[in-house]
Amino acid sequence: MRQTLTGTVAALFRRELTLAMRDASALGTALGFYLMVVSLLPLGLGPDASLLARIAPGALWIALLLSALLSLARMFEADYQDGSLAVLMTAPVPLELVVLVKIATHALTTALPLILAAPVLGVLLNLAPEANGKLVASMLLGAPALSAIGAIGAALTLVARKGGLLISLLVLPLYVPTLIYGVAVIDPASGATAQALLMLAALSLVSLVLAPFAAASALRVTGGT
Amino acid sequence: MPETMTLVADDLGQSYGDLVLFKGLSFTVRQGRALVVTGDNGSGKSTLLRTLAGLMPPASGAVRFDGLGPDETIAEHCHLVAFANALKPELTATETLVHWRDILGAGETGLTTLDALDQLGMAALANTPAGFLSTGLKRRLALARILVAPRPLWLLDEPTAALDHDSSLLVADMIRAHLDDGGLAVIATHLDLGIDGLDKLDLDTFTSPRA
Repeated sequence: MRQTLTGTVAALFRRELTLAMRDASALGTALGFYLMVVSLLPLGLGPDASLLARIAPGALWIALLLSALLSLARMFEADYQDGSLAVLMTAPVPLELVVLVKIATHALTTALPLILAAPVLGVLLNLAPEANGKLVASMLLGAPALSAIGAIGAALTLVARKGGLLISLLVLPLYVPTLIYGVAVIDPASGATAQALLMLAALSLVSLVLAPFAAASALRVTGGT
Repeated sequence: MPETMTLVADDLGQSYGDLVLFKGLSFTVRQGRALVVTGDNGSGKSTLLRTLAGLMPPASGAVRFDGLGPDETIAEHCHLVAFANALKPELTATETLVHWRDILGAGETGLTTLDALDQLGMAALANTPAGFLSTGLKRRLALARILVAPRPLWLLDEPTAALDHDSSLLVADMIRAHLDDGGLAVIATHLDLGIDGLDKLDLDTFTSPRA
């Protein structure tokens, strides 16, 4: 069994990536939502360029959290509804690895495009061009935590009706540390860019280790029905 | 397949909260044998299959699969074809089978995808997306899945419910070949599969009288 573990994980990846490419609606919705939230801000706050520049890092991060959340609710839903989850539970790998593959695919196919769009949307908020590097770096380091923590919420709310609303209440409080350190990376006043980046990396690593176990045990409770 | 594999249910019980689905269920399925489970709607046939697969822990009793290695699970040696077909509308029949073969097969492969489709009479639909298939054809594609990755234990939930007469015969052939090959099967169904000499289990006799 052991030597086939990597083969099975590779096969799981191929399946997830193929499905993500065939059905781009999840990514499209998330990107569209990101664009909408960010472009509404200048409209609501008025054309004060220095105010917008000041809130830009926080606004881009918060919009990223909300957009990621929107797509997270569907992480296990389709597989649960159509019976694929039960079949995946009979794969010759632990369910934790299946969850880890799902987290990685979400980070790659949804979070990564959102992050790449962030500097472009930064223009709408008058974000200083020299902050773009820090913005993208902070988001890249924080994204695995967003996907991993989100997986726990998605698994817990799988059988709940209207789980999409419940997941926001569960997951957003857990995103607070990532948000705080993410914004601290970019904020020139904090003066702690390196430390904040390290904290983001630590948050992502801890989430990636713990989340698969938490999400997998939540999925097992459903019994694959 | 290892020489002797036996599926044993020992005093098995399953319940949802206060609702007891069945209890005191004991049976043995040996190699080359199939057990047909019947019972009223809601008697717990599908739950029994999921319990046998190890996807949910039994409320009481135990399931054993003799012949497995020390750290092997029933789940990775069984095929569960539940009520839901586990198909993605955007994948073609061939792609569906390729993905499941690579995920479930653990390096071992059974029939080629085309042979598996052919055995269920749908070779001409190899490049049709699953979303375009009818209910019966979707069911046949779900059944083709278990032919591309060889596993000793088949757990089938109403395999022929949506099928026409001819494809029911194909499924019967498929099960018969699996049993002749030394496989095991537990099949929950109301319909006559047209296979002689199957063991039978009526789940209703293991249900506590309902209030």
